[in-house]
Amino acid sequence: MTGFLARRLANYVLLCLAATFLAFALGSLTFSPLGQLQGRNPAPPASVIAAKRAELHLDEPIPARFVAWMGGVVHGDFGSTITGQPITDELGARAGVSLRLFALGTVLGIAVGVLVGVASAIRQYKASDYAATLFSFLVLSTPVFLIGTLLKFGGLRLNEAAGSTVLYYTGEFSPGFQGGWWAALADRLSHLVLPTLAIALSQIALYSRYQRSAMLDVLGSDFLRTAQAKGLTRRRALFKHGLRTALIPMATLFAFGFGLLITGGVFTERIFGWYGMGDWFIYGVQQNDTNIVATVTLFVAVLVLFSGWLSDVLYAALDPRIRL
Amino acid sequence: MTDHVTEPVLSVDDLTVSFPSEQGRVTAVRGLSYRVSPGEVLGIVGESGSGKSVSSMAVMGLLPPQAKVTGSIRFQGRELLGRSDVELSQIRGRRISMIFQDPLSALTPVYTVGDQVAEALLVHGAQSRQAASARAVELLDLVGIPGAARRAKSFPHEFSGGMRQRVVIAMAIANDPDLIIADEPTTALDVTVQAQVLAVLATAREVTGAGIVLITHDLGVVAGLADRVQVMYAGRTVETAPVDEIFYHPRMPYTRGLLASIPRLDTGPRQPLIPIEGQPPSLVSLGPGCPFAPRCLLVIDHCLTTEPDLAPVSDTQRSACHRSGEAAPPAPLVSGVECYNTVSHSRVVLRVEHLVRHYPVRKGAILRRQVGTVRAVDDISFELREQETLGLVGESGCGKTSALMEILNLAAPAHGRIEVLGTDVSALDRRRRMQLRRDLQVVFQDPIASLDPRLPVFDVLAEPLRAHGVATTEIRRQVPELLRMVGLRPEHAGRYPAEFSGGQRQRIGIARALALEPKVLVLDEPVSALDVSIQAGVLNLLSELQTRLGLALLFVAHDLAVVRHIADRVAVMYLGKIVEIGPINAVYTGPQHPYTQALLSAIPIPDPAKERARERILLTGDLPSPADVPSGCRFRTRCLRYAALTPGLQSRCEQEEPAREQRGEDGHESACHYATAHAVL
Amino acid sequence: MSASITDPHSTAASPGSPAQPLIEGRSGRGRLVLRRFLRHRLSVIGLVCIVALYALAFLGPLFTPWGYAEQDPTAYLSPPSAQHWFGTSQIGEDVFAQTLRGLQKSLTIGLLVGIISTTIAAVVGTAAGYFGGWVDRALMWVVDLLLVIPAFLIIAILSPAFRGKTWLILVVLLAAFSWMITARIVRGLTLSLREREFVLAARFTGVPPWRIIVRHILPNMASILIIDATITVGTAILTETGLSFFGFGVQPPDVSLGTLIANGTNSALTFPWLFLFSGGLLVLTVLSVNSVGDGLRDALDPTSARGSRRRSGD
Repeated sequence: MTGFLARRLANYVLLCLAATFLAFALGSLTFSPLGQLQGRNPAPPASVIAAKRAELHLDEPIPARFVAWMGGVVHGDFGSTITGQPITDELGARAGVSLRLFALGTVLGIAVGVLVGVASAIRQYKASDYAATLFSFLVLSTPVFLIGTLLKFGGLRLNEAAGSTVLYYTGEFSPGFQGGWWAALADRLSHLVLPTLAIALSQIALYSRYQRSAMLDVLGSDFLRTAQAKGLTRRRALFKHGLRTALIPMATLFAFGFGLLITGGVFTERIFGWYGMGDWFIYGVQQNDTNIVATVTLFVAVLVLFSGWLSDVLYAALDPRIRL
Repeated sequence: MTDHVTEPVLSVDDLTVSFPSEQGRVTAVRGLSYRVSPGEVLGIVGESGSGKSVSSMAVMGLLPPQAKVTGSIRFQGRELLGRSDVELSQIRGRRISMIFQDPLSALTPVYTVGDQVAEALLVHGAQSRQAASARAVELLDLVGIPGAARRAKSFPHEFSGGMRQRVVIAMAIANDPDLIIADEPTTALDVTVQAQVLAVLATAREVTGAGIVLITHDLGVVAGLADRVQVMYAGRTVETAPVDEIFYHPRMPYTRGLLASIPRLDTGPRQPLIPIEGQPPSLVSLGPGCPFAPRCLLVIDHCLTTEPDLAPVSDTQRSACHRSGEAAPPAPLVSGVECYNTVSHSRVVLRVEHLVRHYPVRKGAILRRQVGTVRAVDDISFELREQETLGLVGESGCGKTSALMEILNLAAPAHGRIEVLGTDVSALDRRRRMQLRRDLQVVFQDPIASLDPRLPVFDVLAEPLRAHGVATTEIRRQVPELLRMVGLRPEHAGRYPAEFSGGQRQRIGIARALALEPKVLVLDEPVSALDVSIQAGVLNLLSELQTRLGLALLFVAHDLAVVRHIADRVAVMYLGKIVEIGPINAVYTGPQHPYTQALLSAIPIPDPAKERARERILLTGDLPSPADVPSGCRFRTRCLRYAALTPGLQSRCEQEEPAREQRGEDGHESACHYATAHAVL
Repeated sequence: MSASITDPHSTAASPGSPAQPLIEGRSGRGRLVLRRFLRHRLSVIGLVCIVALYALAFLGPLFTPWGYAEQDPTAYLSPPSAQHWFGTSQIGEDVFAQTLRGLQKSLTIGLLVGIISTTIAAVVGTAAGYFGGWVDRALMWVVDLLLVIPAFLIIAILSPAFRGKTWLILVVLLAAFSWMITARIVRGLTLSLREREFVLAARFTGVPPWRIIVRHILPNMASILIIDATITVGTAILTETGLSFFGFGVQPPDVSLGTLIANGTNSALTFPWLFLFSGGLLVLTVLSVNSVGDGLRDALDPTSARGSRRRSGD
């Protein structure tokens, strides 16, 4: 058993390493970090460029650079950006921003998604079912950047109508905010609403679709019939026996939904000016900064694998058939 | 049996149920009427599609909302049709309860069985949770679940099918109902388990005094348990009478056909069966006239235009046939089936020696790890001779299919030796293996799964020929030939498998297996998925082809009655071992191994008098897991003979694995330390 | 649910020519699928929309004198008018011509990626499922690896490499990173199909593995592949526009719906035509594709949740 755990953990570490190496190598191959320097007008002297070149170890082979970088990571040093800032300094704050956004989006997405899905299934082919279906199709067909932008303008209109700023759409809190704890919380909340909605909407759409079909599967099941034959009313059988069983397949969906969440997070952070990992990634690509890109990739890989593991644990918790 | 004049518990009148479907409205039940008296067991018999299950779901009010139900269902004088779900839920589980066909899916997977039984009590009574749990344990004990108090805390997946069905029965009798509807309660179970469950059902009847509606396709099950029988065909009752009348004086040709087509244990070996030709009609568009007319041997012109009513033929018997008033005509003559000669026992075409197949068992989703070894096939040996049929029988999980797969792989087994036509398969190169495949072919159980739904029948039959490089022109010639050989029309070569019925598909499967003119044909439960009336035709075809083509058949089945009709010799498997092997007659009339005896005694015989008079050997407990085989003799945990031994004699069974030894007639071997022949039929 | 033959007197094709009844059989199933599909009003509307969108994207440019890169010096940021149906941009480009160009791009990229990625998924999935062993382990490890980093991130990292090159590279990349989930599903199906009796029957008569895959396994999952291809088309369009939104996708002077939306967002409130048409058409396209996919699922895969789930009859 410990052998199995160790093998599984080793595979996770290997996958993280391979994924990070992939990002690192691809970045190193395609990026031209000296481009900006070379493009300056007047052109900097060759010695400056050569110095930068040496500073970024661009003459060493990519695997060697990766090993050197990874060696630092093991000791908590994620290297520095092209401009020389240590990445580690910024990492904690940015990771925190992203994690807050993801956690809220996931919890809201699952909770509302499951509710909407169950309601749709039970009231199949009723107006509410059609409305929910249409909503999720519409959301799943609209790119996050469009949803985000629309929400932003919605917020703007709302503020105009209210005559004051009800909902903020830039940043996590008002810069230089002064006030008590409650006021600070209110300020944060009014910053939180739109980005959280932007990220949760697609999660709600996804989970509600799957919960609906899982619930429909259960509706025709033999054990539900048995429960009714025992004397439970249809409604009671549905909630006690149906819903509990229909939640099981949601556990596997969780890992998949998470991948969607991360991509959505990139857009959301950018649009609403949250300085999280996604925002950093885009910045890294635009700056041709391999270290930033590799760091974000490692962060994402760890999160994805963690969500995969969590999804397995959830599955086992929900389904006695596969418990240990 | 019943001469009650009391008010019936249940009376169904002119019940009609229809569903929307792709093809149009399906009328699954067409004007059904019946009554059940208190304490009476009414057997409803019919093949799939006869409407027997739908009608019982209508009684429970559990049909899907798109079903249209008309007529009347009165329970103790109260009309049930049209009542709300809340009203019906007061009656369901308390006054009327139901037992379903598939115990594997009938229980909610996420709650313990104790909680699920207790729930039946809690929804109807004012008992406390503790009282309900305690009563649930009592009920589980009553239906024969060993260690009920402990097992009540288990989840359904930790129970075998038979045990789960007991749980369902416990739920059904929890509130002492007045009517129990059992819908194919044993169809999904093995025969020895079926015998146990039927015994529990009989107990349930005694305990509750309830009327029972027993729905089944198996006339044997009805013969032993029912007081009155009602035969259904195409959504209607075609005959109803007390059980003896149905079996001894059937008037409706369909009832007669059913009785003649069932393979029976109590006849001599290799008796031909009389199939009912054709298939049940589609319920979407029934024409006028008797729905059975196209399959009926006694059909007259009047049958084609007017559907007969269910009319009395005697005080107690009613039958829906225009000719039921006439004197019973002689049984139809068997046509086209020859009686078989004794086979010349010559060359061995398949020899299996000490074959072993073990699988690792893995467990857990998060921590997948090997927790043991399934000993699916554990040292079996047998041989099959030219033109001979060897039946390999056993219950599910005994390793018979694993053994087949091992043989069909034509690869070196982990242990032991397989020889096909004198060639050791472990020494084969690619080319020789390919050649040998021509001589060893297989027919599978499931006529739906065994044909690729995306290929027209022509391609299905051409595939083996193409794989072995037969020229296209030759294939064009052979395919119609093959179809004709199995009794199908060559014109149908362009159709897809879905367009054929189960029996026809099984014939296509046989034709495919015969395409390469094999010498050995392996059949894995070839008729167990078919309705009885269809089964007989396929069995007859196999016998006929065997004599014509000189095939050797390895016939794997769980149904000993079927095997008796087709095999020359039989091998009985239990937990990966052959416990008894020998000529059909010797084994069926003088079984030596206690397992064989139990197996034979568990099979119901469609003859009420014989059923009532029979001694039944009921095995205790469940089949042990093949991952955890008992020491010494692996049957001892369920063996009645072992249980009757003194501890001194028992120790031999516990320590020493019995070897197969010849006792009695030539080639009749059994693996039991204390084997004695004991006729159970 | 299919009717079994009850009338033995139908069809009398000569056994030598399997072609004629073959068509009969196909059309039988085809009709059933078509009928089930047509029952979905939303999917039918989706299909009509897709046809209309294709017509608009490829025939529309014939009706406007403006090219997508052409500038009208007389009209900067002019609202929709008879001259410029969708208005003009900051530098006088005709938004109608640009939007159609973007739509062409999105439709083509979606279609190509859908086909290529489903093909990869089918090959990898069946190989892993059928052969098992180390082939399976190796392929599934690659799938796991590629699933660890979202495709969007990888392509973004690679974007500098195809800056200034043809957009077909983008198609290849999108396809190369969107087959993994389908491959997993295909592998799962293959594992169960491999044990099905008709596959065993073929194996035991000596049909070689590749032929079993082509003749038995792939055709039997065709419906899933078609459905997944549709879903991939939608995802690919979304990913492409997302990449283009950040400037990592289709490169100027060429346009895509993503770049148009990106350009339009900043001034969306004041000059809504810069944003609304491209955004609206994008949503309409993906919505149509998804609803067709949903309809196909119900029509092709009767075991799915919304098909005719309950068995009527006995």
